[in-house]
Amino acid sequence: MGEAVAILTIQILNSLLYCSVLFLIAAGLSLIFGVMRIVNLAHGSLYAVGAYVTAWLVGRGIALGVPLGWLFLLVPVGALSVALIGIVIEPLLLRPFYRRAEEYQLLVTFGLFQILEDMMRLIWGGTPLSADTLMDALPIMRIGGLFYPAYNLVVIAIGAVAAVVLWAVIYHTKFGVLLRATSQDRRMASALGLNVGLVYVLAFAIGCFMAGLGGAIVVPTQAAVLGMGVDALIIAFVVVVIGGLGSLKGALVGAVVVSFVRTAGIQFFPELELAVLYLIAALVLLVRPTGLFGTA
Amino acid sequence: MKTDVISRRDRSLLGPAAVSAAILLVAILLPSFVGTYQIQLVTYGLIAAIAALGFNLLLGYTGLLSFGHSAYFGIGAYTVAFVVQYLGPHSMEFYLLVGIPVVAVMSALFGYICVRHTRIFFGILTLALSQVVYSLALKLYWVTGGSDGLRIPRPTLVLGLLSFSGAHGFQQFITSYYYYVLAIFVVAIIFMWVIVHSPFGKALQAIRDNEVRARFLGLRIRRFRWISFLISGTFTGLAGILWVPLNGLTTPDVLYWTFSGEIVFTTLLGGFRNFTGPIVGGIVFTYLRTYAVATTEYWQLLLGAVLVALVLLLPTGIVGALSKAGQRLSERKR
Repeated sequence: MGEAVAILTIQILNSLLYCSVLFLIAAGLSLIFGVMRIVNLAHGSLYAVGAYVTAWLVGRGIALGVPLGWLFLLVPVGALSVALIGIVIEPLLLRPFYRRAEEYQLLVTFGLFQILEDMMRLIWGGTPLSADTLMDALPIMRIGGLFYPAYNLVVIAIGAVAAVVLWAVIYHTKFGVLLRATSQDRRMASALGLNVGLVYVLAFAIGCFMAGLGGAIVVPTQAAVLGMGVDALIIAFVVVVIGGLGSLKGALVGAVVVSFVRTAGIQFFPELELAVLYLIAALVLLVRPTGLFGTA
Repeated sequence: MKTDVISRRDRSLLGPAAVSAAILLVAILLPSFVGTYQIQLVTYGLIAAIAALGFNLLLGYTGLLSFGHSAYFGIGAYTVAFVVQYLGPHSMEFYLLVGIPVVAVMSALFGYICVRHTRIFFGILTLALSQVVYSLALKLYWVTGGSDGLRIPRPTLVLGLLSFSGAHGFQQFITSYYYYVLAIFVVAIIFMWVIVHSPFGKALQAIRDNEVRARFLGLRIRRFRWISFLISGTFTGLAGILWVPLNGLTTPDVLYWTFSGEIVFTTLLGGFRNFTGPIVGGIVFTYLRTYAVATTEYWQLLLGAVLVALVLLLPTGIVGALSKAGQRLSERKR
């Protein structure tokens, strides 16, 4: 295999890695919007919380001498802790706002965003928190003449599995039917005897879990730092705008587009890489306001 | 009959006019009572009020929530920085002369794109466009200085008649600049008041309240929204132009979407359903933020908690709550 082919393969793998994390964040954002009609500005911060909690747990685990293999179990624990936060937030802060104007919903999530960002600073401080022990625990592969960590493939696989599971849950289970019914007509669903409040809590918790999982699987490859959530939110916005807010397929396609454009952008036009992404989002909004797959 | 109507209208204006005159008198006398630091803070507050006043033409009167007003503030600030960098003259009037048309053109351009949508899509579109500007300011560092930003020296005021250097230059500048901003602030308020009470302003409110009916009345909705966006962006841009000589530095932070969030916060704090809300909000928010930053490292947490509490408990803002309380009081008297 030639050098060029190896580099290309690695770039594609990097794009897929990024894509898988982006999909997890954006699908959660999109699910929450699709069901609850709330644009959650704190979503990126929830992703960051997932990363911080996982890195912190792994650090504690190492200090307590937990065997290496068991440390991997801390990744889903990190994601679940974010889901727990979601279960607390929804009834406490979001429920009073469903009947109010959109402006208030945006503002309350903006307030939540500010609170979460500073809470992370308060708890974990300014130094980056790393969990690269997990990445080092897996072997390094050789692609062509180049090295590539096998852990990255695990991340890609988790993203793919999450996409399939989410799709199966939404389109092939009874809960998925309830979710879609609530999303289409909240009042009718409620009139038919459905516990809309419970569906909302679960939908929000699943959305948070996805964001947390994104953070949890990414933290072994890059340390958790302050501000990672802010950047993630804006990129996730680009993803859901391209794909369509509230659409699962849209989140997937959007994530693929954004991750490949970004990888190519960093390679070929690093100064304009971010601007190009936002411009694509603005263009899609102009031509198809509901995104490529959106119906809302 | 006609004179009767006018005189009644005059009488209803008399109260607010007297209050405004009293406040203005206090504002003019303020530098003789308080120190330089307070004057500087009030100046920041007046600038924030101009920004929020412009923003509220869109939110309060047109019913469009922009989450990208940092773009116009930042474009104003960076235009001044570019003028200093490439054109030379350090005159505030020159900054305004160049800056206002630039922000007006940019607002017109962005507005033309954004008003094709309403509600949440409008918000996201404004946010996306402001992020384009932000990432350009961050990445094109050889022009914009990247995350270090650009420095702006103290300009001369009133066609170069007032210049500030030497030992007491800073204090003199702050006091003079306070009056300068105050004058522009008064003009801006009058201008905005005339706009929202003009037939154009009434049309905007009609569109906000019922778009379908407004369309049936023959109003060209998109054009009205566009012009409203243009005026709104220009006001916020003017605030950016005024802010940068006071701050002495502009960084991409003023273009970031969280800064747009602060403009929304400011307006909501005062109350967006009335004319004076954003003005009160601008001054209160400046003080709130300054003291939050001074008292705790985790000021953002504090502000976030205030915002959540505000939205939950005081959705009409300070002015809304006060006027409601005032109404209740006067009813009880009767």
